[in-house]
Amino acid sequence: MGRQILLGDEAVALGAVHAGLSAGYSYPGTPASEIMEFLVRLAAERKDFTAAWSVNEKVAYEEALGASFAGKRALVSFKHVGLNVAADPFMNSALTGANGGLVVVSADDPGMHSSQNEQDSRYFAQFAQVFCYEPADHQEAYDMTREAYDVSERFGLPVLMRLVTRLSHSRSSVETKEPRGQNELHPGAPRDWTLLPVNARRRFGLLLDRQAEMARFSDGSAFNVLRLNDKDRSLGVIAAGVGYNYFREACGPDGDLPSFLKVSTYPLPEGLVRKLVEHVGSVLVVEDGYPFIEKQLKGLFGIAGKTVLGRLSGALPRSGELSPDSVRAALGLEPLPALAKSGLPLAGRPPQLCLGCPHADTFKALNKALESYPGSGVFSDIGCYTLGALPPYNAIETCVCMGASISMARGASDAGLRPAVSVIGDSTFAHSGITPLLGAAASDVDMTVFILDNSTTAMTGGQPSFGTGERLLRIIEGLGVPRERVRTIDPLPKNHEKNVGIIREELDHRGLSVVVAVRECVQETRKKRS
Amino acid sequence: MKQDIILAGVGGQGILSIAYVIDNAALAEGLFFKQAEVHGMAQRGGAVQSHMRLSSRPVWSDLIPRGEADMILSVEPLEALRYLDYLRPDGIVVTSSTPYKNIPDYPDLDNILDAVRKAPKAVIVDSEKLAKEAGTVKAQNIVLLGAASGFLMLKEAGLKTVIEALFKGRGGPVLEANLKAFDLGRKAASGS
Repeated sequence: MGRQILLGDEAVALGAVHAGLSAGYSYPGTPASEIMEFLVRLAAERKDFTAAWSVNEKVAYEEALGASFAGKRALVSFKHVGLNVAADPFMNSALTGANGGLVVVSADDPGMHSSQNEQDSRYFAQFAQVFCYEPADHQEAYDMTREAYDVSERFGLPVLMRLVTRLSHSRSSVETKEPRGQNELHPGAPRDWTLLPVNARRRFGLLLDRQAEMARFSDGSAFNVLRLNDKDRSLGVIAAGVGYNYFREACGPDGDLPSFLKVSTYPLPEGLVRKLVEHVGSVLVVEDGYPFIEKQLKGLFGIAGKTVLGRLSGALPRSGELSPDSVRAALGLEPLPALAKSGLPLAGRPPQLCLGCPHADTFKALNKALESYPGSGVFSDIGCYTLGALPPYNAIETCVCMGASISMARGASDAGLRPAVSVIGDSTFAHSGITPLLGAAASDVDMTVFILDNSTTAMTGGQPSFGTGERLLRIIEGLGVPRERVRTIDPLPKNHEKNVGIIREELDHRGLSVVVAVRECVQETRKKRS
Repeated sequence: MKQDIILAGVGGQGILSIAYVIDNAALAEGLFFKQAEVHGMAQRGGAVQSHMRLSSRPVWSDLIPRGEADMILSVEPLEALRYLDYLRPDGIVVTSSTPYKNIPDYPDLDNILDAVRKAPKAVIVDSEKLAKEAGTVKAQNIVLLGAASGFLMLKEAGLKTVIEALFKGRGGPVLEANLKAFDLGRKAASGS
């Protein structure tokens, strides 16, 4: 099939298509967005499978699960915190099982390049008790995704594919293989898929029964590689995912390698781990994300006569992304000679709102209006407008998770903060803002909700938004917000005074108001022009 | 034979297009490569970098270890300095002299260029002037690629083939301007 250049994300996507994918679903989020971007482009060309952006990750998961119920192969992809949103169907799908192969891609972000936390999705695989792959490079991302569909259909369970930013957003060439066709329709059995207690208990028993077979499969996987060095038995290395790359990098192209085990699948390949540990005096665990393997290895009391090193022991930093340099140091190697920094103080260059961004005008108007309300609280959300937390705006006070701006403003208002203000984008509102606004409208909570309608999901590169323009206004009214309390503003410098006036009116109003700031994202306008 | 390059610039300056050209030229020459890039939040006018690794043998790490970079190729002079500690003691810096001032505390440009000149080897090109001369100020990234091309382990013709493939869909004048930008950058670097 030949070699092609792919991002790690794209290698997963192409692996799924070549495994006979019928339907893929996702909600955008860095570093996972490029999986669905790729699938959408390919589906438009080939027209023989579905690739769709969903309203949120829970919806995406359930859409994929429905395709799996029907017997077809499905993919759902999101960033790590997206799996929190999809946790309910994810956990339960371990009991319904997968009918057609179901692969769940969760892209972690160690180092929080573009995220609120650096949670490790391997814990979720363990929590649900499903099989998990962790590729180290692009070829593995492609090959493992193909194999993940076989494993999913073999065990009748969803399979988690854990990525990290460094692989998701790295490019390399991949050798692709002959694609295979899609499954025929063959719906699942109702008694397996209807999780009434009587069925759920039986299905949970089956899930537990499969654990031993999954562990044996992991032990036998060719993706887990054990090499024992008989000359030097002092140190052994357990390296997972991209951690393996840093380990091999540090050893050099021709260096003598210590004993090592490359871990690519979970549950951990216990037999291989045991062989390595028995062979050496101390074990260094190199894994990106949380000390997931290291903790299992040590248990509560450690291993008698052995030393376990890693993120917990302090051999590697406890948090943040691994690097070739931190792994080199953990192996006891000297830093490479390098040039010194110039000594010139370098001004930082943090990300910022684009020139002409509508959010900038909204923040300026909001800040001006709030000057006369010293006790205010401004709760915000996930999107480009989160940059309103930085100078020169300093306009928002919170960013927690998708949709939290509206629910938190309500709680703060109930607690006595006034005015309680929420700032959320149109895509985030559609994702998780509709339900809290429905609740707030039902009891006419004293708060002012700003929905910044730039008609796209801007931060992640301009994916479609489901609640924008006229439809957004109808949604807000439909939720029970009185028509006279839904105000729209056009955030442009020339409208500043007028907008400040409108905002003041709604801040003064005792009860729920929604201010919709409508102006298209400048990046989208630019794309349409070129 | 290997070459590790840090591509640097500000989000929106086109360093991913430089990476695209190098990736494809490397594939055509049968080299191994990995190229780590920055997406998401930092792309909004922030400092961005890409680690580009070329080799005749398989590449392990997506990131370049400190001290392994053979070259820093920067579309912006301040950004060139941000990664100096990744450079080998005998490495080269190829940078534009055109500042991108989207921050209030941008340092004095002369101090920046003096610091660049202290690198073991430095090539500084006026990318704005050369891109305008080529026909479009947007081609500054390709000027820099041209300036670096004489120091890369890739064939000049191979790089140009990819540039043609990249820009041919945008019309003759755009393609011509980018090819000229490449040539002007290459010429400017050979004289320095």
